[in-house]
Amino acid sequence: MSLRSPLGRVRGLGSAKSGTEHFWMQRVTAVALIPLTLWFVYSVIALAGEDHATATAWLQAPTTAVLMIVMIAATFHHMQLGLQVVIEDYVHGEGVKIASLMVMKGASLLLAVAAAFAVLKVAFGG
Amino acid sequence: MAEFTLPKNSRVGTGKSWPAPQGASNTKTFKIYRWNPDDGENPQVDTYVVDMDDCGPMVLDALIKIKNEVDQTLTFRRSCREGICGSCAMNIDGTNTLACTKYIDDAKGDVKIYPLPHMSVVKDLVPDLNNAYAQLASVEPWMKTESPPPPDRERLQSPEERKKLDGLYECILCFSCATSCPSYWWNSERYLGPAILLQAYRWIVDSRDEHTGERLDDLEDPFRLYRCHTIMNCSKTCPKGLNPAQAIAEIKKLLVERQV
Repeated sequence: MSLRSPLGRVRGLGSAKSGTEHFWMQRVTAVALIPLTLWFVYSVIALAGEDHATATAWLQAPTTAVLMIVMIAATFHHMQLGLQVVIEDYVHGEGVKIASLMVMKGASLLLAVAAAFAVLKVAFGG
Repeated sequence: MAEFTLPKNSRVGTGKSWPAPQGASNTKTFKIYRWNPDDGENPQVDTYVVDMDDCGPMVLDALIKIKNEVDQTLTFRRSCREGICGSCAMNIDGTNTLACTKYIDDAKGDVKIYPLPHMSVVKDLVPDLNNAYAQLASVEPWMKTESPPPPDRERLQSPEERKKLDGLYECILCFSCATSCPSYWWNSERYLGPAILLQAYRWIVDSRDEHTGERLDDLEDPFRLYRCHTIMNCSKTCPKGLNPAQAIAEIKKLLVERQV
């Protein structure tokens, strides 16, 4: 039981004075992903039926490799921003919330690095 | 975690039934949520059949008629009965609205009446609004200035500046919007909700107010403001036809504007 006043509870720890960066980056990555995703889907369709050598040659082209890495960065950044909102919305225990955020952000980073590494390996190693 | 089922003591059962008066031919059935904190029972839905030939057209008319003539224990808030006080906000036919401006005929079939969703209930249709009122106080909804007022007149505002308050000043704080918002359901202890954010914006855009920056500072918070995910339930349900979702979007735009 708490005898704290409703206003005291609402004012709580005060404003975090953050959140705008999160909101803005979610929009920026969303906008960036429109052309990037269209380009990626178009390229994959164009490669349909081609052999392995053609596909690696495509990925080795500097423009392709750079755009692929940018797309991977934007996708996973956007994904972890969105999942963070879901966790903050629905997970209320402080401990569980912080643990889920750490696992989710760690997994997103791991996936993003693995995907970028795969692109670089093909681009440089063949 | 967010709760998706009602706790055991909140499960709603079937309550008493009150038949239509003898000889009534034009009747409407009202199914009304009842809960009494004193009897230790679960909430229940009572059924009242009302003679519509002897009742006003609004849901509030029927509630008052039931309380006067059928069941005096029925508890609800009401005052102005013309949509300006915001007291009789409740969930009617699945939508949060004002009982006094909602036509009984608008409800298809039986009229189902519940208190505003996801609030603690004081009794029957009366929700506990203490948290919402404290949230209103927390945004300091009054003019804050540094320059002293002119000695001989009020602070002036151009017609264009005054126009910016249209669609904001009309809010009557009935909390239909806040209690229709899932984000407010899950996080009302930290998220201010659409009603309060619309009030905050009303002072942010007031050209006479000189604390715009501090107001934005206080709102810039992942929970106070950014729990809004623009699902628009607030604007859809507002019985005054206002657009809290737009007010919230404007606050977000100002926060981006001051740092980009």
